[in-house]
This record gives sequence, structure tokens and C-alpha cells, in this order.
Amino acid sequence: MSRAVQNLGGARAREIAARALAAVPLNYAVTAALTMLIARLLPGGGAQASIGATMLSFAIFAGLAMTAFAVRSVAKLWIGLVVAGLVAGAADWLLIAAGGRL
Amino acid sequence: MKGCFRQSMAWLHTWTGLLLGWLLFAIFVTGTSAYFQEEITRWMTPEVRSVPSDPASGFVAATEWLKREAPGGSEWSIYSTGKRAAGLQLYWVNGPDAPADAPTSARLDGTGTKVFARETLGGWFLYRFHYDLHYINWYWARWLVGIAAMAMLVAILSGIVTHKKILTDFFLLRLGKGQRSWLDAHNASSVLFLPFILMITYTGLVSLATHYMPWGIAANYANQGKFFEAAFPWPVPAEKAGPAPLAPIGPIVERAERMWGTAAGSVRILNPGDRTARVIVSGAPDAGMSVRLRSMTFDGVTGRPVDAHDPSGAATATEGTMIGLHAGRFASPLLRTLYFMSGLAGCVMVASGLILWTVKRRAKLPDPDRPHFGFRLVEKLNIAAIAGLPFGMAAYFLANRLLPLGIAGRSEREIDTMFIAWGAVAIWALARPARRAWPEALSATALAFASVPLVNALTTDRSLAASLAAGDSLFAMFDAVMLVLAAGFGWAALKVARRRDREAASRGSPMRAIAGAEAA
Repeated sequence: MSRAVQNLGGARAREIAARALAAVPLNYAVTAALTMLIARLLPGGGAQASIGATMLSFAIFAGLAMTAFAVRSVAKLWIGLVVAGLVAGAADWLLIAAGGRL
Repeated sequence: MKGCFRQSMAWLHTWTGLLLGWLLFAIFVTGTSAYFQEEITRWMTPEVRSVPSDPASGFVAATEWLKREAPGGSEWSIYSTGKRAAGLQLYWVNGPDAPADAPTSARLDGTGTKVFARETLGGWFLYRFHYDLHYINWYWARWLVGIAAMAMLVAILSGIVTHKKILTDFFLLRLGKGQRSWLDAHNASSVLFLPFILMITYTGLVSLATHYMPWGIAANYANQGKFFEAAFPWPVPAEKAGPAPLAPIGPIVERAERMWGTAAGSVRILNPGDRTARVIVSGAPDAGMSVRLRSMTFDGVTGRPVDAHDPSGAATATEGTMIGLHAGRFASPLLRTLYFMSGLAGCVMVASGLILWTVKRRAKLPDPDRPHFGFRLVEKLNIAAIAGLPFGMAAYFLANRLLPLGIAGRSEREIDTMFIAWGAVAIWALARPARRAWPEALSATALAFASVPLVNALTTDRSLAASLAAGDSLFAMFDAVMLVLAAGFGWAALKVARRRDREAASRGSPMRAIAGAEAA
């Protein structure tokens, strides 16, 4: 019985680690890509758009961090975040390549 | 993950809160003190008595002083932190003829006379510690503080989700009931002050936003320098072109103030006494909510306006106002006091949350007399943080009065004293059983705070009695706050000591009974 409990503990530790990795480093990368996208899309000139997007980034990060511990499936969590990050990152790259920077 | 959404959020709240709680406590305590930064500095420089009644004439007097003391400089800056500060702060860049060790800063009173005060960083040090910490590189310190702030934001949001009865907890405080009381204290301080705590955490992150999230800038600018030039222009001196007299500063400052309808807060003079001279007047930091100040640039020879900067873009205004809300420089004395009280509630929220972690788990320990390592570590770090930092701050104030005035690096010694005292409490907490260390550390903190007004009375002529007689509300309030803090920590020490005795008595008898039974 004690071994079963230990195995359960190991699985739980692995699950927490997977969620924590999604909630902090992966979340930061995804938030950075989304912040860049918002900064490209907001109106009012480069400086205003950059400041506005930067202020929003903390709400995005906090929301994603909570989501990482709230959703049931760790696999779906990772897939969702990675896809969102890749899509936003590709859009950032395209927008900068097409429109240039100041 | 552990079944339902609310449970997983409760788990997240507990562990993010614990992991960064000690750092958050230090950030909250020093940040709360920073609302009275100028007042602390004035208490820590008891030699300074006069405060400028009219900053505009102060700028003129300071310019005359700089003409005498820093001729040939390429840049003079004169700052007034507003009505609360003692005098004006001057910085300048010396010309090429000045010796390398020539001074580059001074503090003047309102009449333009140099102030001779003890060397101290005063309330400014506590303010800087709030986000730059000390002894470690500021760049990484800000990251640590930012991680703690983000953990706090997540802890608050998950705490809200975890909560079933927000409204009841407004009015619920059951005292003297062990774990239930700690939970009530934690809930009452966080729910009642929730708007403040949520605001202060988010705006704190926004204050250092580009440090944590530079990617919004990277999306639109090839380098950060270009962004800062566009968003927050900072003119630099031009190549010098030959001498010309500096236009009178008084009318220039008046013109800017008339234009804005509010007071000026600083004057920067580039290339004074040269044909390329520029005078840049900026608004006072306490004249509005936004920290992004308006400025007007004048030709330094003719005195005519040549440029104006008004940070009124939607995002800049929002950002500046958010940082302004955080720093509270605009606040009147009453609002400032409310800020201070809300900050204290934040300290209580973090401290009671940390204590709740141990109280909740103590009951479930297999053997409450011999807790496991993790439990003991949390318990001892709680003592080191919650009693240790306030003790260190009291020691900082005492060092300000007791260290000899002439010693080299005096301001740094004051700071060292704070950390040595803080470290001493930490070592004490590690060495002693937690049950004894709690009341001991809390009583030491109470005694340290109580001795501040006493030592002040013995070492200066501005004792509490003298301040009250002279109607000096600032000095009287500072001493009074020290006594209130002493009373608060003394009360806490008494409560903890009584509980310890009660618990020892209630546990003592069955233990003895068992021991007796075994012997028989």
C-alpha cells in the first residue's frame, strides 16, 4: 500500500511540475508573443501601442498562469499554449517583416 | 487537478503565497513606509528645519547658488519633491576645468543656503529597497520583486476564486479562536482592502513594466533607446557655442506655471551661461495623479519657449496614472494616511497568510512537538521575516541617531545596521525553539520601537515633548507612530506568550499521565 501511495505521489509531483513549467516559462513565451501581436495591432502610433500592450501583458500572464492549474488535461494545456504561442509568434514575424520597425 | 476548479485554485493560492510570502512581506513593509518617505527623511535629518514656502523663489535662489558653486558646468538640475520635502535637491555635471573629485550634488533650504545634515539616505533607502532590494544587483533584484508581485497577483486572483462568501468576510473577525481567527484576519485584511491590494499589485508591475516585458517595445522599435526617446524625451546639452548670460529663471518658471495652472517641480538648465543654453521646466510630482510630467523648454538666453512636452497619449496617460496611483505622490495628508493604513493591511494580509500556513498544518502533524523539517523552516522564516524586518527598521532609525556624525560612509553604516539587526533575529529564530522565539523576537521589536523616541530625545533637541510644545506635527507624529508600533508588537508578544503557556499546560498533563502509566 505504501508503494502505491508513493507512486501516486510521484505522478502528482510530475503533474505539478508539468503544470508549473507551463504556467511560468512557457506562459512567459506565449505572453511575450501575444504582447508583441497586440503592440503591432493597437492604434495610436508605436509608442502608445507598445505601452498599451505592455500594460495588458500582466493580465494575460496571470490569466494563463491560473488556467495552467485549472484545466483538467495537462496534454491539452501544453498543446493549447504551444499552438497559441506559435501562431502569435508567426503573426509577429510576418507583421514585422511586412511593416518594419521604427 | 485535485478535482474541482475551486480546489485547484486554493492549492495554487497556498503555494504561490507561501513560496514568495517572505519577500512579499518585505516589499509590503518597506513600500508602506515609502508613503512617508519624505517625512522619514526629515526625521532622519533633524538638523534641517526650514522648508521652502515658495518653490518658485527656491529655484531662483538655487540657480544663484549654482552660478557661484558650479560655474562652467554643462548641466544643472534643481528638484523639489513638492510641499513635503525639506528643501531642494541639486545635481550638476561639472565642466572640464573642475577637479575630478568636485562635488556633483547638494541639498539647499528654501532660501538657497546649503543644508548641513548628517549623511543618511533616510526614507529614500526604504523606498529603493522596496523594489531594488540591497547588496544584490538591481537588475536581478527587480526580477525577484517582479516574480513575487506576479505570484501575488496570481495568489490574489486565485484567492478571490477560492472565496465563497466575500460579503460575509467583510464583517467577520472571530478573535481568540486559534486557526479560525488567523483565517478571519487573513480574509478580513485581504477582502476589505481587496481593491487597494489588487490595484497596488497590478500598478506595481506596471511601474517596472518594460523591465519585465520588453517585448511590447521590441514589436515596434528596433532598439529600446528609440522607444524611450519617442515616449519620454530627455534633451541633452548641445555643443557649446560661446558665452552668453543666462536669462532670469524666475519669469521662466512663472510662465510655465501660468501655462499649466499648477506648480513647477524641477528645473534643468543645459549649458548655463552659453549661447546654446536651454531651460527645461517640469511640473511638480504632487500636482497631478500621473507620474509622467509635462515640461516646457525655454531658450536659456532669451527666455522664450521653444518646445513643450505633454504626455497625454491614451496609453501614456493610463500608464502614468497607474504608476501615480501606486506611488501616491499626489496624495493629500489624509489620503496619504489611508494609503499607509491600506499598506499596513497588506502587511497583515501577507503575515497572517504565512502564519495560517503553519497553524493549519500544526494540528495535522503526526507529533506536534517534533514537526518535520519543512514545517520548522517555514515557522522560523516566518519569525525572521515578520519580527525581523520591523526590528531591523527600528535599528535603522536608532543607528541614525547613535552612529557618530563624522564617520566615513555613514549612510551605508546605517543600512548595514538594519541588516545586521534583521540577521540577528533570523539567527535567534533558527537557534531557539519557535514557541519561545516568537514572543522573544516580538518583544525585542517592541522594545526597539519604544526606544526610538527615547533615543531621539537624548540625542537631539527635538524630543516628543519639545515637538509637541513647538507644534512640530511631523516630529511628534513620527515618535507617536514608533510608540504605536511598539505597543502593537508588545501586544502581539503578550498574546503569543500566553498562548504558549496555555498550550504547554494543556499538553503537559496528558503527557505526564501517559508517562506515569508507562512507568507503572
